[in-house]
Amino acid sequence: MSDTSLRPRRRRPSRGASRGLGIVGVLGELLITAGVLVFLFIGWYFGIHDAQQRAEQDETAAALSDQWQVPEPTAEPAEPAPVVVPTPEFGEGYAVLKVPRFGPDYGTIIAEGAVLSVLEQHIGHFEGTAQPGEIGNFAVAGHRTTWGRPLNLIHELKPGDALVVETADGWYTYRYRSGEIVKPQAMDVLLPVPRQPGVEPTEAMITLVACHPMFSARERFIGYGALESFTPRSDGPPASLAAPPPDGA
Amino acid sequence: MYAALFKVLPGPLWLRILLAILLVAIVVALLFFVVFPVIVPFIEPLITPDPTAVG
Repeated sequence: MSDTSLRPRRRRPSRGASRGLGIVGVLGELLITAGVLVFLFIGWYFGIHDAQQRAEQDETAAALSDQWQVPEPTAEPAEPAPVVVPTPEFGEGYAVLKVPRFGPDYGTIIAEGAVLSVLEQHIGHFEGTAQPGEIGNFAVAGHRTTWGRPLNLIHELKPGDALVVETADGWYTYRYRSGEIVKPQAMDVLLPVPRQPGVEPTEAMITLVACHPMFSARERFIGYGALESFTPRSDGPPASLAAPPPDGA
Repeated sequence: MYAALFKVLPGPLWLRILLAILLVAIVVALLFFVVFPVIVPFIEPLITPDPTAVG
């Protein structure tokens, strides 16, 4: 090194003290490094990793939708009543949830069973609740954060927003009505008429269940909607898939 | 430790600072795109506190 004359040499008082401080110093630096690594991991996990999983889920959902596309819409008359999906196998991805409010490319596969193993990749349908188009409550759960965060933006839904459930048969357009925050034990949100035990259902409802607040599982954010229309596959994608007004005008 | 590493870097001060930033960027990129994706399956079970939680 040629620049020693330019910089004042810093000498520690004695060699022994210097060596002791050196070891402690290195240990300290290692601990700080470990701390920084943990924070980096957390940042990566909730940022990059989750965004990657979100993109993957959008892709797999789009691929499933594509499988259902008919080459050219047959011009047969539309069926008046929505086709009710027969109960699928546990873990089977049988529908795709599309929410224009969550973005034009948003799509997540809905699979049977609202358990963690299903929710790691899909939105899970609570077994025993109604199926798409069926009178009663089509109740599904999805992660609010992590695991692709399919219901991350549930709090941004505005009354009237389209919640479109696509199946092999066509598109079920539900309209968002309201949301509420409940305790995790509030299983009555899954009732045929949510929160009203013993009441006979008269319409086809959808209930979205996600965690609240974000990054916590202390409460649940519940979103309710009701079926507006069914569009058979032969009629092509419904207008409800178009972008919603910017802020619930 | 880091002071010693910094001293090993060649060139004038501005170049060493630049190199140090570059090294940190390389390490972070390696962590983000190689190390973390490999270790995440081992860490996820540890950070899911309640198996019945929906999240």
